[in-house]
Amino acid sequence: MAKIQINGKKVAIKQNFSILEMLKKYKINRKKVAIELNGKILPQNQYNKKKLNNNDIIEIVQFIGGG
Amino acid sequence: MNRDIFKIDKKILKSRLIVGTGKYKSLNETAQAIKSSGADMVTVAVRRVNISDKRKPLLMDYVNPKKINYLPNTAGCFNSNDALRTLRLAREIGGWKMVKLEILGDKKTLYPDMIETLKTTKVLVKEGFKVLVYCTDDPLHAKKLEDIGASAIMPLAAPIGSGLGIHNKLNISLIIKQSKVPVIIDAGIGTASDATIAMEMGCDGVLINSAIALAKKPVQMAEAFKYAVISGRKSFLSGRMKKNNIASASSPEKDLIS
Repeated sequence: MAKIQINGKKVAIKQNFSILEMLKKYKINRKKVAIELNGKILPQNQYNKKKLNNNDIIEIVQFIGGG
Repeated sequence: MNRDIFKIDKKILKSRLIVGTGKYKSLNETAQAIKSSGADMVTVAVRRVNISDKRKPLLMDYVNPKKINYLPNTAGCFNSNDALRTLRLAREIGGWKMVKLEILGDKKTLYPDMIETLKTTKVLVKEGFKVLVYCTDDPLHAKKLEDIGASAIMPLAAPIGSGLGIHNKLNISLIIKQSKVPVIIDAGIGTASDATIAMEMGCDGVLINSAIALAKKPVQMAEAFKYAVISGRKSFLSGRMKKNNIASASSPEKDLIS
Protein backbone atom coordinates (compact mmCIF):
# COMPACT_ATOMS: atom_id res chain seq x y z
CA MET A 1 0.00 0.00 0.00
CA ALA A 2 1.03 3.59 -0.63
CA LYS A 3 0.22 6.26 1.92
CA ILE A 4 -0.93 9.43 0.29
CA GLN A 5 -2.88 12.52 1.21
CA ILE A 6 -6.02 13.56 -0.69
CA ASN A 7 -7.64 16.89 0.12
CA GLY A 8 -6.02 16.97 3.53
CA LYS A 9 -6.99 13.38 4.40
CA LYS A 10 -4.48 10.60 4.85
CA VAL A 11 -5.46 7.53 2.87
CA ALA A 12 -3.82 4.29 1.83
CA ILE A 13 -4.15 3.08 -1.74
CA LYS A 14 -2.77 0.18 -3.76
CA GLN A 15 0.79 0.42 -5.00
CA ASN A 16 1.11 1.64 -8.56
CA PHE A 17 -2.40 3.08 -8.65
CA SER A 18 -2.83 5.66 -11.42
CA ILE A 19 -4.64 8.95 -10.92
CA LEU A 20 -7.42 7.62 -13.11
CA GLU A 21 -7.81 4.51 -10.94
CA MET A 22 -7.86 6.65 -7.84
CA LEU A 23 -10.65 8.82 -9.33
CA LYS A 24 -12.62 5.67 -10.14
CA LYS A 25 -12.18 4.39 -6.59
CA TYR A 26 -13.72 7.57 -5.22
CA LYS A 27 -16.35 7.72 -7.99
CA ILE A 28 -15.18 11.13 -9.12
CA ASN A 29 -16.02 12.27 -12.64
CA ARG A 30 -12.72 13.32 -14.20
CA LYS A 31 -14.43 15.88 -16.39
CA LYS A 32 -15.73 17.82 -13.42
CA VAL A 33 -12.54 18.24 -11.43
CA ALA A 34 -8.98 19.54 -11.58
CA ILE A 35 -6.07 17.90 -9.82
CA GLU A 36 -2.95 19.20 -8.21
CA LEU A 37 -0.19 16.68 -7.52
CA ASN A 38 2.44 17.83 -5.03
CA GLY A 39 1.62 21.47 -5.67
CA LYS A 40 1.55 21.27 -9.47
CA ILE A 41 -1.49 21.09 -11.70
CA LEU A 42 -1.70 17.73 -13.40
CA PRO A 43 -3.03 18.00 -16.98
CA GLN A 44 -6.03 15.75 -17.69
CA ASN A 45 -4.15 13.79 -20.35
CA GLN A 46 -1.72 12.51 -17.72
CA TYR A 47 -4.31 10.94 -15.41
CA ASN A 48 -3.83 7.54 -16.98
CA LYS A 49 -0.05 7.56 -17.04
CA LYS A 50 0.67 9.13 -13.71
CA LYS A 51 1.16 6.63 -10.87
CA LEU A 52 0.76 7.56 -7.26
CA ASN A 53 3.72 7.20 -4.92
CA ASN A 54 4.13 7.12 -1.18
CA ASN A 55 3.75 10.56 0.44
CA ASP A 56 2.13 12.16 -2.60
CA ILE A 57 -0.09 15.09 -1.79
CA ILE A 58 -3.15 15.45 -3.97
CA GLU A 59 -5.74 18.17 -4.19
CA ILE A 60 -8.92 17.49 -6.14
CA VAL A 61 -11.16 20.51 -6.69
CA GLN A 62 -14.52 21.16 -8.28
CA PHE A 63 -16.92 24.06 -8.79
CA ILE A 64 -19.42 24.75 -6.06
CA GLY A 65 -21.90 27.54 -5.44
CA GLY A 66 -20.24 30.86 -4.70
CA GLY A 67 -20.56 34.61 -5.10
CA MET B 1 -32.71 51.28 -33.13
CA ASN B 2 -29.29 49.73 -32.58
CA ARG B 3 -29.28 46.50 -30.69
CA ASP B 4 -27.93 47.01 -27.20
CA ILE B 5 -25.17 44.43 -26.92
CA PHE B 6 -23.45 43.48 -23.67
CA LYS B 7 -19.97 42.29 -24.44
CA ILE B 8 -17.16 41.37 -22.07
CA ASP B 9 -13.94 40.90 -24.00
CA LYS B 10 -15.27 38.89 -26.96
CA LYS B 11 -18.09 37.21 -25.08
CA ILE B 12 -21.58 38.44 -25.81
CA LEU B 13 -24.07 37.99 -22.98
CA LYS B 14 -27.84 38.09 -23.31
CA SER B 15 -28.40 39.41 -19.83
CA ARG B 16 -26.73 42.29 -18.03
CA LEU B 17 -27.52 40.54 -14.78
CA ILE B 18 -24.85 38.14 -13.57
CA VAL B 19 -25.77 36.06 -10.55
CA GLY B 20 -23.81 34.28 -7.85
CA THR B 21 -24.54 30.68 -6.92
CA GLY B 22 -23.76 30.81 -3.19
CA LYS B 23 -25.96 30.91 -0.09
CA TYR B 24 -28.98 29.11 -1.59
CA LYS B 25 -30.89 26.50 0.43
CA SER B 26 -30.35 23.83 -2.21
CA LEU B 27 -28.86 23.31 -5.64
CA ASN B 28 -32.38 22.96 -6.96
CA GLU B 29 -33.24 26.43 -5.68
CA THR B 30 -29.98 27.75 -7.18
CA ALA B 31 -30.93 26.38 -10.58
CA GLN B 32 -34.47 27.74 -10.40
CA ALA B 33 -33.30 31.20 -9.34
CA ILE B 34 -30.78 31.34 -12.19
CA LYS B 35 -33.50 30.38 -14.62
CA SER B 36 -35.93 33.03 -13.47
CA SER B 37 -33.19 35.69 -13.35
CA GLY B 38 -32.54 35.20 -17.06
CA ALA B 39 -28.79 35.40 -16.37
CA ASP B 40 -26.48 33.59 -18.74
CA MET B 41 -23.37 34.01 -16.61
CA VAL B 42 -22.96 32.82 -13.02
CA THR B 43 -20.09 33.03 -10.59
CA VAL B 44 -18.84 29.79 -9.06
CA ALA B 45 -16.31 28.94 -6.38
CA VAL B 46 -13.50 26.38 -6.50
CA ARG B 47 -13.34 24.03 -3.53
CA ARG B 48 -12.07 20.61 -2.54
CA VAL B 49 -14.09 17.56 -3.57
CA ASN B 50 -15.46 15.71 -0.55
CA ILE B 51 -13.92 12.28 -1.01
CA SER B 52 -15.79 10.64 1.84
CA ASP B 53 -19.26 11.66 0.65
CA LYS B 54 -19.46 10.25 -2.83
CA ARG B 55 -23.12 10.93 -3.35
CA LYS B 56 -22.95 14.65 -2.74
CA PRO B 57 -24.78 16.47 -5.57
CA LEU B 58 -22.68 18.65 -7.85
CA LEU B 59 -23.42 22.17 -9.04
CA MET B 60 -22.65 21.03 -12.59
CA ASP B 61 -25.49 18.50 -12.40
CA TYR B 62 -27.95 21.31 -11.73
CA VAL B 63 -26.48 24.21 -13.70
CA ASN B 64 -25.22 23.08 -17.08
CA PRO B 65 -21.95 24.85 -17.92
CA LYS B 66 -22.67 24.28 -21.60
CA LYS B 67 -25.75 26.47 -21.35
CA ILE B 68 -24.78 28.94 -18.63
CA ASN B 69 -21.35 30.57 -18.63
CA TYR B 70 -19.45 29.71 -15.48
CA LEU B 71 -17.34 32.53 -14.13
CA PRO B 72 -14.88 30.99 -11.66
CA ASN B 73 -14.25 33.28 -8.75
CA THR B 74 -11.48 33.51 -6.17
CA ALA B 75 -13.82 34.36 -3.29
CA GLY B 76 -12.16 33.52 -0.01
CA CYS B 77 -8.62 34.26 -1.24
CA PHE B 78 -6.61 36.74 0.77
CA ASN B 79 -3.41 36.75 -1.28
CA SER B 80 -2.11 36.56 -4.81
CA ASN B 81 -0.76 33.00 -4.62
CA ASP B 82 -4.06 31.50 -3.48
CA ALA B 83 -5.97 33.41 -6.14
CA LEU B 84 -3.61 32.33 -8.92
CA ARG B 85 -3.70 28.73 -7.73
CA THR B 86 -7.50 28.78 -7.65
CA LEU B 87 -7.93 30.22 -11.13
CA ARG B 88 -5.30 28.02 -12.75
CA LEU B 89 -7.13 25.00 -11.31
CA ALA B 90 -10.46 26.41 -12.50
CA ARG B 91 -9.09 26.75 -16.00
CA GLU B 92 -7.94 23.13 -15.87
CA ILE B 93 -11.44 21.86 -15.07
CA GLY B 94 -12.78 22.93 -18.40
CA GLY B 95 -10.80 25.60 -20.13
CA TRP B 96 -12.41 28.57 -18.42
CA LYS B 97 -10.40 31.61 -19.40
CA MET B 98 -12.86 34.23 -18.28
CA VAL B 99 -12.60 34.54 -14.52
CA LYS B 100 -13.46 36.82 -11.65
CA LEU B 101 -10.58 37.93 -9.50
CA GLU B 102 -11.40 38.85 -5.94
CA ILE B 103 -8.64 39.24 -3.37
CA LEU B 104 -9.84 40.27 0.03
CA GLY B 105 -7.80 42.32 2.43
CA ASP B 106 -9.80 42.23 5.63
CA LYS B 107 -11.99 39.52 7.13
CA LYS B 108 -14.42 41.91 8.75
CA THR B 109 -15.18 44.23 5.84
CA LEU B 110 -14.20 41.82 3.03
CA TYR B 111 -12.76 44.90 1.41
CA PRO B 112 -10.58 44.18 -1.64
CA ASP B 113 -6.81 44.35 -1.28
CA MET B 114 -5.99 46.48 -4.30
CA ILE B 115 -2.22 46.05 -4.14
CA GLU B 116 -2.51 42.25 -4.38
CA THR B 117 -5.35 42.61 -6.89
CA LEU B 118 -3.34 44.78 -9.30
CA LYS B 119 -0.31 42.51 -9.03
CA THR B 120 -2.40 39.38 -9.68
CA THR B 121 -4.37 40.89 -12.56
CA LYS B 122 -1.08 41.54 -14.36
CA VAL B 123 -0.01 37.89 -14.01
CA LEU B 124 -3.40 36.55 -15.11
CA VAL B 125 -3.57 38.79 -18.16
CA LYS B 126 -0.09 37.60 -19.15
CA GLU B 127 -1.28 33.99 -18.84
CA GLY B 128 -4.15 34.66 -21.23
CA PHE B 129 -6.98 34.94 -18.71
CA LYS B 130 -9.83 37.39 -19.29
CA VAL B 131 -10.15 38.93 -15.90
CA LEU B 132 -13.19 40.60 -14.38
CA VAL B 133 -11.86 42.35 -11.32
CA TYR B 134 -13.61 43.00 -8.04
CA CYS B 135 -12.28 46.32 -6.78
CA THR B 136 -12.78 49.33 -4.58
CA ASP B 137 -14.88 52.16 -5.95
CA ASP B 138 -11.75 54.26 -6.31
CA PRO B 139 -11.48 55.71 -9.85
CA LEU B 140 -7.67 55.64 -9.74
CA HIS B 141 -7.43 51.92 -9.06
CA ALA B 142 -10.18 51.26 -11.59
CA LYS B 143 -8.17 53.11 -14.23
CA LYS B 144 -5.00 51.22 -13.34
CA LEU B 145 -6.85 47.92 -13.67
CA GLU B 146 -8.10 48.88 -17.10
CA ASP B 147 -4.62 49.98 -18.16
CA ILE B 148 -3.08 46.62 -17.24
CA GLY B 149 -5.68 44.69 -19.23
CA ALA B 150 -8.69 43.89 -17.01
CA SER B 151 -11.66 42.78 -19.13
CA ALA B 152 -14.19 44.39 -16.77
CA ILE B 153 -14.10 46.59 -13.71
CA MET B 154 -16.26 45.42 -10.81
CA PRO B 155 -16.44 48.04 -8.11
CA LEU B 156 -18.33 47.34 -4.91
CA ALA B 157 -21.55 49.23 -4.19
CA ALA B 158 -21.14 48.45 -0.48
CA PRO B 159 -19.41 45.62 1.46
CA ILE B 160 -20.05 42.05 0.25
CA GLY B 161 -23.30 40.65 1.58
CA SER B 162 -24.29 43.94 3.27
CA GLY B 163 -27.25 44.73 1.02
CA LEU B 164 -26.78 48.45 1.58
CA GLY B 165 -27.00 49.61 -2.03
CA ILE B 166 -24.67 52.05 -3.80
CA HIS B 167 -22.86 54.08 -1.18
CA ASN B 168 -20.65 56.28 -3.28
CA LYS B 169 -22.54 57.28 -6.39
CA LEU B 170 -20.01 59.94 -7.25
CA ASN B 171 -17.14 57.45 -7.42
CA ILE B 172 -19.18 54.93 -9.36
CA SER B 173 -20.18 57.58 -11.90
CA LEU B 174 -16.57 58.70 -12.27
CA ILE B 175 -15.55 55.10 -12.95
CA ILE B 176 -18.36 54.67 -15.50
CA LYS B 177 -17.33 57.87 -17.28
CA GLN B 178 -13.66 56.99 -17.60
CA SER B 179 -13.91 53.25 -18.39
CA LYS B 180 -13.77 51.78 -21.86
CA VAL B 181 -14.28 48.24 -20.56
CA PRO B 182 -17.58 47.19 -18.94
CA VAL B 183 -18.28 48.40 -15.41
CA ILE B 184 -20.23 45.84 -13.41
CA ILE B 185 -21.39 46.58 -9.90
CA ASP B 186 -20.33 43.75 -7.65
CA ALA B 187 -21.34 43.39 -4.03
CA GLY B 188 -23.58 45.37 -1.74
CA ILE B 189 -26.79 45.50 -3.76
CA GLY B 190 -29.73 44.83 -1.43
CA THR B 191 -32.87 44.90 -3.50
CA ALA B 192 -34.12 45.20 -7.06
CA SER B 193 -34.34 49.00 -7.08
CA ASP B 194 -30.64 49.23 -6.16
CA ALA B 195 -29.87 47.37 -9.37
CA THR B 196 -32.10 49.72 -11.35
CA ILE B 197 -30.25 52.71 -9.91
CA ALA B 198 -26.90 51.19 -10.86
CA MET B 199 -28.09 50.56 -14.40
CA GLU B 200 -29.67 54.00 -14.72
CA MET B 201 -26.34 55.51 -13.75
CA GLY B 202 -24.83 53.77 -16.77
CA CYS B 203 -23.29 50.64 -15.33
CA ASP B 204 -22.95 47.92 -17.94
CA GLY B 205 -24.14 45.19 -15.62
CA VAL B 206 -24.64 44.07 -12.04
CA LEU B 207 -23.60 40.96 -10.16
CA ILE B 208 -26.04 39.82 -7.51
CA ASN B 209 -25.81 36.97 -5.05
CA SER B 210 -26.99 37.61 -1.47
CA ALA B 211 -29.86 39.92 -2.45
CA ILE B 212 -31.44 37.05 -4.37
CA ALA B 213 -30.32 34.04 -2.33
CA LEU B 214 -31.24 35.57 1.03
CA ALA B 215 -34.64 36.93 -0.04
CA LYS B 216 -37.64 35.14 1.47
CA LYS B 217 -38.58 34.00 -2.02
CA PRO B 218 -35.30 33.78 -3.92
CA VAL B 219 -36.75 32.53 -7.20
CA GLN B 220 -39.25 35.38 -7.33
CA MET B 221 -36.60 37.91 -6.30
CA ALA B 222 -34.41 36.65 -9.13
CA GLU B 223 -37.18 37.58 -11.53
CA ALA B 224 -37.53 40.97 -9.87
CA PHE B 225 -33.84 41.59 -10.51
CA LYS B 226 -34.21 40.52 -14.12
CA TYR B 227 -36.76 43.26 -14.75
CA ALA B 228 -34.95 45.76 -12.52
CA VAL B 229 -31.82 45.46 -14.65
CA ILE B 230 -33.72 45.63 -17.95
CA SER B 231 -35.68 48.61 -16.64
CA GLY B 232 -32.60 50.48 -15.46
CA ARG B 233 -30.79 49.86 -18.72
CA LYS B 234 -33.71 51.05 -20.87
CA SER B 235 -34.11 54.09 -18.65
CA PHE B 236 -30.40 54.91 -19.03
CA LEU B 237 -30.57 54.53 -22.80
CA SER B 238 -33.71 56.65 -22.99
CA GLY B 239 -32.11 59.66 -21.33
CA ARG B 240 -33.98 60.96 -18.34
CA MET B 241 -35.77 64.33 -18.24
CA LYS B 242 -34.10 67.32 -16.69
CA LYS B 243 -34.69 67.91 -13.00
CA ASN B 244 -36.62 71.10 -12.18
CA ASN B 245 -37.02 72.80 -8.87
CA ILE B 246 -40.48 74.08 -9.77
CA ALA B 247 -43.63 72.33 -10.91
CA SER B 248 -44.63 71.99 -14.52
CA ALA B 249 -48.20 70.83 -15.20
CA SER B 250 -48.64 67.74 -17.32
CA SER B 251 -51.97 68.84 -18.86
CA PRO B 252 -52.39 71.88 -21.10
CA GLU B 253 -53.37 75.01 -19.18
CA LYS B 254 -55.43 76.34 -22.11
CA ASP B 255 -59.18 75.77 -22.58
CA LEU B 256 -59.98 74.94 -18.98
CA ILE B 257 -63.77 74.71 -18.37
CA SER B 258 -63.78 77.31 -15.63
